[in-house]
Amino acid sequence: MSADITLADIVVVAAAESFRGDGELFASGMGTVPMLGARLARATFEPDLLVSDGEAFFVGNDLPLGSSDKLIEGWIPFRSVFDTVWSGRRHVMMGASQIDRFGNTNIANIGPWKQPKAQLLGVRGGPGNTISHATSFFIPKQSSKVFVEEVDMVSGLGYDRASKLGEIVKRHHRLPRVITNLAVFDFETPTHTMRLRSVHPGVAVEEVIANTGFTLEIAPDVPTSRAPTEQELAALNRLDPRGLRHREVA
Amino acid sequence: MARDKRTTADDAVALIENGMTLGIGGWGSRRKPMSLVRALLRTDIKDLTVVSYGGPDVGLLCAAGKIRKLIYGFVSLDSIALEPHFRSARQNATLAECIEYDEGMLQWALYAGSLRLPFLPTRAGLGSGVVDVNPALKMVTSPYADAEQLLAVPAIRLDAVFVHLNRSDIHGNAQFLGPDLYFDDMFLGACEPGLRFLSCEKISSTEQMLQESSFHSLRINRSMVDGVIESPNGAHFTLCTPDYERDEKFQSAYVKAAGNAAEWAAFEDRFLRGTEADYQQAVVQWHKENAS
Repeated sequence: MSADITLADIVVVAAAESFRGDGELFASGMGTVPMLGARLARATFEPDLLVSDGEAFFVGNDLPLGSSDKLIEGWIPFRSVFDTVWSGRRHVMMGASQIDRFGNTNIANIGPWKQPKAQLLGVRGGPGNTISHATSFFIPKQSSKVFVEEVDMVSGLGYDRASKLGEIVKRHHRLPRVITNLAVFDFETPTHTMRLRSVHPGVAVEEVIANTGFTLEIAPDVPTSRAPTEQELAALNRLDPRGLRHREVA
Repeated sequence: MARDKRTTADDAVALIENGMTLGIGGWGSRRKPMSLVRALLRTDIKDLTVVSYGGPDVGLLCAAGKIRKLIYGFVSLDSIALEPHFRSARQNATLAECIEYDEGMLQWALYAGSLRLPFLPTRAGLGSGVVDVNPALKMVTSPYADAEQLLAVPAIRLDAVFVHLNRSDIHGNAQFLGPDLYFDDMFLGACEPGLRFLSCEKISSTEQMLQESSFHSLRINRSMVDGVIESPNGAHFTLCTPDYERDEKFQSAYVKAAGNAAEWAAFEDRFLRGTEADYQQAVVQWHKENAS
């Protein structure tokens, strides 16, 4: 990895890559890296994406993080977000406190739901997102406590649960990517169990395995996550002039 | 001439009874009817069923032990992801009953309630933990050729509702000036007439409201409202754009105090024992002391 390219840059590019080919979808990012990924994808290779200010507006310009200098191109209050979710015209990248090999995720609570050891957010929009449209995940610190055999509460549907719900659900349910500080994963296997897609520069496959609490699908040759192009790096620095991405992944 | 519905927060909460189902508008730590919640804290009402896209409203009512049953999609302070009192209540199992829904399911439950339908169908929630922990949820089969199995989200009907808007006239025609109405209209719609209370930053007239923003902002009409309370800074410490942003500094102090029983008792003594005017004055004083 060249000296001026950081892990955060690699991770944001991987986040952007998850939106490749989406076209005119609402690319919705929860948190710094996912939001930057969506904006980077639109600023470079996926210009038809819709991105929001994280509040209630679609923005037409390449809005830097933290800037209010937005060119509004549409209004997307929460009820329009729900409409968009259920219509399928969205790809969200959100967080997960736990994820299993089929992509079931949990942002709700740790320990039994009845009396959790740690109450987190609640399921929020996870059930509706995952059953309606593409959902990717960004996990800033991968460990075997996050990549678990079984999640404590299913806030987002994995492939095993979705496949039991019939053809219509199977058509809409899609988990394109899981991105962590170590690697990129997908579910492009015959059984839709999690596969190691690429490791970030300098990360050994063994390190990924050591931080995963279930068996991963691993090809004999795992590629390295790609670095940003010069054009992407320039766009990234425009979109995140204060380097907020480095605070989320280091 | 339509009725003058002006009242006070204390007169409003005096009509709330033990065991009622109360809907609270806003979203997370955004445009919450906090002055009405604070008024409720001053009463001995208990055993409420609370329905909310929860923020500090739920947190404060949990801390005061006023909730028997909570129906929520999440409880969060937005800029601070987790609500400390809600967390304690869940982790210590002090809420007798909880119903956790997907955010969209909660909208559907309120919408069904406001349309007087028994349920509305959706896919959101199917196959998720929501169904695992809510065994009472039922399925419905599409009567058409697709025969799809859908989740039937049961309607929620409310006995009372609190919302906070930017402007209202004395009759309850109200205006939101920020970027999002949230689901305030559905909360009002899902409530039986009688105890639908709307607080606002400023009582205005229709003419003045139309000078401030376009007719599109007039989403609440007087048939949806029984009582109007003028309550400047009434959403504090949640945001009420464009009148004011969230008081992040005070919200952080709230979270810090909630982490410790002695500090929370001191917070309650300082901010929550007196009237709304006392609260607003105590906040001004607190900011003076904590100016940097």
